[in-house]
Amino acid sequence: MPLRQEDVQRIAHLARLAITDEEAARTLAQLNDIFGMIERMRAVDTDGIEPMSHPLGGAQRLREDAVTEMPDRERNLANAPAQQDGLFLVPRVLE
Amino acid sequence: MSLHQASLAELAKRLAARELSAVELAQHFLARIDRHRALNCFLDVRPEVTLAQAREADARRARGEHGALLGIPVAHKDIFVTRDFASTAASRMLEGYMSPFDATVVARLSAAGMVTLGKVNCDEFAMGSSNENSAYGPVLNPWDTSAVPGGSSGGSSAAVGARIAPVATATDTGGSIREPAAFCGITGTKPTYGRPSRWGMIAFASSLDTAGLMTVSAEDAAWVLSAVCGFDPKDSTSVDRPEEDFTRDLGHPVQGLRIGVPKEFFASGLQPEVERPVRAALEVYRSLGATLVDISLPTAELGIPVYYVVAPAECSSNLSRFDGVRYGHRASARGDREPLNLEDMIKRSRAEGLGAEPKRRILIGAYVLSHGYYDAYYIKAQQVRRLIANEFQQAFTQCDLIAGPVTTSVAFGFGEKAADPVSMYMSDLYTIPGSLAGVPSVSIPCGFGEGAHASRPVGLQLMANYFDEARLLGAAHQYQLATDWHRRAPPAFAD
Repeated sequence: MPLRQEDVQRIAHLARLAITDEEAARTLAQLNDIFGMIERMRAVDTDGIEPMSHPLGGAQRLREDAVTEMPDRERNLANAPAQQDGLFLVPRVLE
Repeated sequence: MSLHQASLAELAKRLAARELSAVELAQHFLARIDRHRALNCFLDVRPEVTLAQAREADARRARGEHGALLGIPVAHKDIFVTRDFASTAASRMLEGYMSPFDATVVARLSAAGMVTLGKVNCDEFAMGSSNENSAYGPVLNPWDTSAVPGGSSGGSSAAVGARIAPVATATDTGGSIREPAAFCGITGTKPTYGRPSRWGMIAFASSLDTAGLMTVSAEDAAWVLSAVCGFDPKDSTSVDRPEEDFTRDLGHPVQGLRIGVPKEFFASGLQPEVERPVRAALEVYRSLGATLVDISLPTAELGIPVYYVVAPAECSSNLSRFDGVRYGHRASARGDREPLNLEDMIKRSRAEGLGAEPKRRILIGAYVLSHGYYDAYYIKAQQVRRLIANEFQQAFTQCDLIAGPVTTSVAFGFGEKAADPVSMYMSDLYTIPGSLAGVPSVSIPCGFGEGAHASRPVGLQLMANYFDEARLLGAAHQYQLATDWHRRAPPAFAD
């Protein structure tokens, strides 16, 4: 079932992407082309096939819960768009 | 012979004999980078940093060190973060970003004494097949500047193709090393998934992203790959295996080697001007004593649909870190209004900082992972991925290597596919199956196109089973001993 423009707006909200109606309209046609191409995959019989999340399988490795390095606060904050007193500044969260 | 025409082995020999210093070598390549700026390969060049690293390499040699890579220059794809050069992933989102640390691959090559020439251009966040998705403008193909260099590692492939860097790092998620290597007439090497560390590679699709190399020859690749690969506790999918010397099979003849030729890679869609040189390369292997075996990878053609579910899903998750809070672009007070609140700031920062292709993939990914669609798309794609990987394992019971074309066509022109995402995605038809399986693969030059495309290179793809890089590079080297395609350099960049 093809996507509609309101689907694009909904997905964009889920992905926290601002999108204009004009962009949504243009994107809609492209996404429907792409999902049309993807559709072919859905005809394959995959009954009982274990999903492959990683080429080499196996469990994720865990490490010792130990301090290995100290963050370089100054260098990390140097890339922040806005900071004050060693903290990241953001716009108002609570109205 | 000019320094930029020498192999790594020749450069290493001259450095070891003290006929050449790392500083002189770095200066030679920095001058070439400057002279050929029009290719738009480099996004950040800092000669003072490069020359300081070269002086350090010379000092290490003076102290008695003698590693094969000590003093050899390398350019890094701008997907690897570096402390001393900006790291942008070719995105406005990360313009001017200075990483607090070096990626493991960068750190390992520095430890081996390699000298960083700078950061090279690519498609934004490594998403693309033509380099047209860079926020800093496309790279030109040194063989034909009206053609794309391929992508996403287009800066890496064009820099090595034009001989303005002897080696470049690159990354491959669905073909981003092999396709640009084919388009630029050089050797591109993607090792087994998990062999090189992903630590410090700006993440796109974590179950596929693999670091690798652009070099002139397979021999050069074998030398550098030995330093690139190794277990890294900082990468949770890094494979804990002993380090290897990938040069060990370079001298092995291919006599008796079984090369599988998948019939699906020669179906309709493959341009005759690509098929002819690829078939001729297979005949070279036969004449060298290899056996060609007909094989089938029936589900491989579904690689593209599978990939365009799995990769965007992982991309939408990975790129959620770009929120305009801790680093990267933040929507400013300029424009129509101040951000209203945190969510508005995040949405607008992402809308302004990210380009069209990452946004498209984020939207696809968010959709296939969303409630009600997860099983139908994401789980289904992972199941078909398993079928494709199983077919590779079945094939490797019949053959030692798999060979075929890298791409359906030679390099295409700027703008030819940019407006049609699906036709661009088809560029990776033959490279995506190996990426989904996670097997190692190389692209080596094997000829040129025809007519108006007579100066556009063609690549041969070789794939091996997991961890069989030494044999893979050995077989590629044997072809390069018998042919000289890899030594052809674009005439416009000879000086």
